Amino acid sequence: MLNINDVTKVFNRGNINEKVALNSLSLHLAPGDVVAVIGSNGAGKSTLLNIAAGVFPIDKGEIILEEMPVQKDAEHIRAAYIGRVFQDPALGTAASMTIEENLILALKRGQKLRLWPGTGKERRELFRRRLEPLGLGLENRLATKVGLLSGGQRQALTVIMATIVPPKLLLLDEHTAALDPKTGKAVLELSEQIIAEEQLTTLMVTHNMEQALRVGNRTIMMHEGRIILDINGEERKDMQVSDLLQMFERASGKSLVNDRMLLSS
Amino acid sequence: MSLAFLPGALEQGLLWGPMVLGVYLTFRVLDFPDLTVDSCFTLGAATTARLILLDYNPLVATLIALVIGALAGLITGLLHTKLKIAPLLAGILTMIGLYSINLRVMGAANLSLLRIDTLITWIEDTGIGDELATVALGLVICLFILAFVYFFLQTELGLAVRATGDNEQMIRSLGINTNTTKVIGLALGNALCALSGALVAQYQSYADIGMGIGMIIVGLASVIIGETLIGSRGLLQALIAATVGSVIYRVIIAAVLQMGLPSTDLKILTALIVTLALAFPIMRGRFTGISSFTKRGEGRAEHQ
Ligand SMILES: Nc1ncnc2c1ncn2[C@@H]1O[C@H](COP(=O)(O)OP(=O)(O)O)[C@@H](O)[C@H]1O
Ligand SMILES: [Mg+2]
Repeated sequence: MLNINDVTKVFNRGNINEKVALNSLSLHLAPGDVVAVIGSNGAGKSTLLNIAAGVFPIDKGEIILEEMPVQKDAEHIRAAYIGRVFQDPALGTAASMTIEENLILALKRGQKLRLWPGTGKERRELFRRRLEPLGLGLENRLATKVGLLSGGQRQALTVIMATIVPPKLLLLDEHTAALDPKTGKAVLELSEQIIAEEQLTTLMVTHNMEQALRVGNRTIMMHEGRIILDINGEERKDMQVSDLLQMFERASGKSLVNDRMLLSS
Repeated sequence: MSLAFLPGALEQGLLWGPMVLGVYLTFRVLDFPDLTVDSCFTLGAATTARLILLDYNPLVATLIALVIGALAGLITGLLHTKLKIAPLLAGILTMIGLYSINLRVMGAANLSLLRIDTLITWIEDTGIGDELATVALGLVICLFILAFVYFFLQTELGLAVRATGDNEQMIRSLGINTNTTKVIGLALGNALCALSGALVAQYQSYADIGMGIGMIIVGLASVIIGETLIGSRGLLQALIAATVGSVIYRVIIAAVLQMGLPSTDLKILTALIVTLALAFPIMRGRFTGISSFTKRGEGRAEHQ
């Protein structure tokens, strides 16, 4: 499904700020894999998602999405296959535009845009149907500007936007981290439900260890631009957060104590 | 104070209206501080004046100016998107380059259209009266442009242009090539600006190499005046506000001229209006600074 082969990404190459963000990293996702990605700050988690989405070019390696090499395709080309939700709720939606206008653009992800209004009764009904299960009343506020919504509402909307056309690959980057715990939980549940319904292949970065073990079918841990742990199957089922922390210490030679991962439950 | 200046201000506000809508498109919708506007306005005037003197039909001459204006916007767009030149600099480069082009187009520093048929004289000849003629022409054109821009910004493509100005990262992640949407927005904005230049040249019966200087600030002042007085909650409201802002700006200018301000001081007056309008949110923040500070503090606490 997604094959990331031996990819290296260096920022500011040849400069005093040179930073190897991904170091000969390989990752293979089977169709329907839902992978939680954990690792300390600066481990390269966001960069991994960004190179998959084509935000930055890579220095070495290849990225294959459903048999197609995509590492040369620009971000907007790859977007036809990829849905994204960012950590910052403000990044996933256009604040000055209405809920409906945002959803129209999401519905046209990867398609040619027409020189004709995107509104229509059928689309509006589809939008209402997708928004109603959120229980936020957004289905009755299609004409409301997104900037007037709360962070949680915006993030829920972004999840709907990223999946309204089921993507081949869904990338979630700490997408509940900026929300209060209750809202974060609701948005995560929504994401899990859609992922299950549409059987979306997913990479989900989280800093919550409990989530990392519970959500999806596989957990990978990153450290200094590499994947140092890849846990799935039976081994993952019985694993506790404390086991995970011990494995991290053994694999990386460092302790996660004091890292924000421990602080969040 | 005599109000005799009002009809004239209305005429001017309407003829400069497309330019203001163009500035609204680039500055506000696309969030691109496009300085092409200055020379592009002159380009529209120069092109039309020259073509009319070459015996082109004034309507055809005006439409050609519109297309040429779009090309100017296209150049700024390509400088920015293909050569990665910063928006301000890309606009300045086109602006400077167009100065020479404008001189070549006119073949002189100015061209007179006195006693030559223009769109304005056509309508005057229908017998509706000189003053009404210009107002009618300006009104029809402004309404048409307003309706067109309103329609365009609601098409799927128009939504993408708006989203580009609002949240570029988001719209790229939705598969839109923001280079394309930026170029489209700049071409459209500058087409409208050149259209204004074309109309003003026919209204004043001359085109002059310096007539576009400071146009970007006039456009911004008009947009901001409109937003402040009319509001910009919905898209239609914002577009109407920009057009009305153009008229109110002319009324203000005519009024201060009548009060005895030398016309050479107009530019600094306009610069002051824009400065004040831009500083307004910050000044207001000073007064309510304490409450907004605590609000931000609370927001931070919530995140932890
Ligand atoms: N756009 C960028 N430019 C320069 N350096 C970057 C950029 N993005 C990330 N980095 C650097 O790459 C490293 C990995 O960052 P990131 O992938 O954001 O980490 P994580 O998401 O795991 O916290 C960090 O050292 C970060 O400073
Ligand atoms: Mg990150």
